[in-house]
Amino acid sequence: MESFAQILFGLGDKLAAHVVLAASAIGLGIAVALPLAVWASRSQTVNRLALGFASLVQTIPALALLALFFPILLSLRAVFGEGLPTLGFLPALLALALYALLPILRNAVTAQANLDPGILEAADGVGMTSWQKLRLVEAPLSAPFIMAGIRTASVWTIGAATLSTTIGQPSLGDPIFAGLQTQNWALVLAGCFASAGLALVTDILLGLIERGLAARKRWQWAGGMLAVALGLIAALVYQSGGDDDDAIVIASKQFSEQYILAQLIGSQLQKAGYKVEYRDGLGSAVVHNAVTSSNIDISVDYTGTIWTNNLKRTDNPGREAMYETIKQWEAEEHGVRVLGRLGFENAYAFAMREERASALGVETLNDLVPVAGQLTVGGDPEFFERPEWTAVREAYGLDFGETRNFAPTFMYNALRSGEADVISAYTSDGRIAADRLIILEDPREALPSYDAMLMMSPRIADDEEIAAALEPLIGAISVEAMREANFAVDREGEGKLSPKAAAAELAEAIGL
Amino acid sequence: MSAPDPPDTPILTFDRVERRYGDDDEVIAVGGVDCTIQSGSFVALVGASGSGKSTLLKMVNTLVTPTAGRVLFAGEDVTEQSQSQLRRRVGYVFQGIGLFPHFTVGENIAIGPRLAGETLSTERISELLTLVELEPDMAARMPDELSGGQRQRVGVARALAGDPELLLMDEPFGALDPITRDALGEKVRELHERLGLTTVMVTHDMAEALLLADRVLVMDAGLLVADASPSELLKGGGGEVAQGLVAVPRQQAEKLAAMEGRLA
Repeated sequence: MESFAQILFGLGDKLAAHVVLAASAIGLGIAVALPLAVWASRSQTVNRLALGFASLVQTIPALALLALFFPILLSLRAVFGEGLPTLGFLPALLALALYALLPILRNAVTAQANLDPGILEAADGVGMTSWQKLRLVEAPLSAPFIMAGIRTASVWTIGAATLSTTIGQPSLGDPIFAGLQTQNWALVLAGCFASAGLALVTDILLGLIERGLAARKRWQWAGGMLAVALGLIAALVYQSGGDDDDAIVIASKQFSEQYILAQLIGSQLQKAGYKVEYRDGLGSAVVHNAVTSSNIDISVDYTGTIWTNNLKRTDNPGREAMYETIKQWEAEEHGVRVLGRLGFENAYAFAMREERASALGVETLNDLVPVAGQLTVGGDPEFFERPEWTAVREAYGLDFGETRNFAPTFMYNALRSGEADVISAYTSDGRIAADRLIILEDPREALPSYDAMLMMSPRIADDEEIAAALEPLIGAISVEAMREANFAVDREGEGKLSPKAAAAELAEAIGL
Repeated sequence: MSAPDPPDTPILTFDRVERRYGDDDEVIAVGGVDCTIQSGSFVALVGASGSGKSTLLKMVNTLVTPTAGRVLFAGEDVTEQSQSQLRRRVGYVFQGIGLFPHFTVGENIAIGPRLAGETLSTERISELLTLVELEPDMAARMPDELSGGQRQRVGVARALAGDPELLLMDEPFGALDPITRDALGEKVRELHERLGLTTVMVTHDMAEALLLADRVLVMDAGLLVADASPSELLKGGGGEVAQGLVAVPRQQAEKLAAMEGRLA
């Protein structure tokens, strides 16, 4: 495992992306909030509407706000054309800017309302036009208060920007999400440390500017601004150096297998001489849209997922028919090329501890029906919203005593500690063998198959060289090999590997 | 500086000026004032709080606009003149002093000309500071480093910076201690003479009005109730409200004289 310091120093590109994103969002927030504040100071209606709207936005959780911009931008494509990005920088920028709006707006409005009326009258009396009054009197006298608002907004935005990882924008959230998923606490800590450090430094610099403005010490606020500007320029330079339009972007969802496969695909492409970039930790629903819109180039998805979520099918025609239907549908509907199946399935399956299952006499989902009322079922956050859950419940008439959501990693801990009796496990998960879990049989075939497929975005769909580089992966990964790699990442203590190291071992195991 | 008007030319005329507030104009601040002010005169506008004197003054440089009637400055309706031009020709000293706290003293004095795109020379700023009996090196200071009296002197210097024809003062000495107040009053009167200004000063202090002005206008409930010279007022003219206001300093003076008599 890499040490904390190594991880921290390896975060340069994430930090640069984080700085550029947060600064752009605050910049946009300021650009919208200040004119709005001036308008609000001249109209009670605007005042109420603007502050009401900004407060309302604050009540939406940042994660939800970020996610909401995906469908919004998707529908805006009708106006702005297909080139409008729906993932990555743009939605993150818009959501964070909205979030930054309130503190800036509120402080600016309050500052204006609290200006000494005698001074404002004097400004009129000496013959200032309303623009001169704004520029020469209102703005400079409000500046320290506005700066305080910008300071609050900056600290919030830097924190919330870590969440933009989930919509495909690189940030300091990448190590946090990846670390949470793979139980790599050094990675989580490094991400939090860097993000908190950035927020702290920003707060100190903006505080310097604020006090400089209040005390009218030019060297102080100008010095603070210079330091902020230098930091921004450094981030921009670093980012423009690292950014590459030719690079092939590989996505991964928020679980270990996806991180490992992304690394495996990446190293395979690098061997063939391609530059690659990773978008780790995307929301599951986001990944398919991202690959169809070429926001990312390569993803690994599962037949059952596409079948139910995207084709909206509830029937189960069997493994082969399902794959062929999806392959054809992706090509016709989106221009996405399904290169092939990797060889293993990562299906949803219900798992229990061996001793608990035998005590209850449960071997199949059928056996679960009479005892379900006393049991707690645990699932990942999306499972209970998925059609598979509905299908299983309807097919067997299952009615559990309690349902609980867990992050995939904690689901297994919950089973071990008895907080859940049954979980929605994944068949390729290494912990099934390691924790001596049994998979309940599904005699009514309510759960579809989940063959892992390699998907290529329309941008690279016709590139036979890329296809050739990835061809060795097709049909090459057995469920045992995948379980072993997954377990190496998910386990704790001795032998725990980073996704990259696990990918290297997997490559060796399958003879690449 | 424009050529001084010959004396006794009307520089300011109030023509049935009214100012009402409220949704139905039910609150009357100024209820129809007719009056002419001659060039070169020093007029005090006296009245109790809420009598409308400040509102009347503010209608001269359109800080407040009349709801009826007209205010003529040099023969022209003030609402039809360019506002910034008008406010440059009319120096204004504010009740709350109103120095810009983020400007130096020098920048405060130079603001009027600066707004018109001119730069006031350091010499001119020194000259103006000297005029109000402040040290020229005070130009570099910030307003919050000054005493109240010094600040209002800067306020007067600022009002004079654009070479105004008319000087309006709204309770200029209200916030000052009696000694500073007295000294600054004398100074303003002297500048009025020296610079050939026309001055209109709003005050609630009849003694101040009697001592400084050539002519005292008394307002009550939005109306002009007296228009007399200080000597006429002291002789008992001007009517009931005016005499009520004159009675206060007179009684104070008499009591003081009586006390001095007893001590002697």
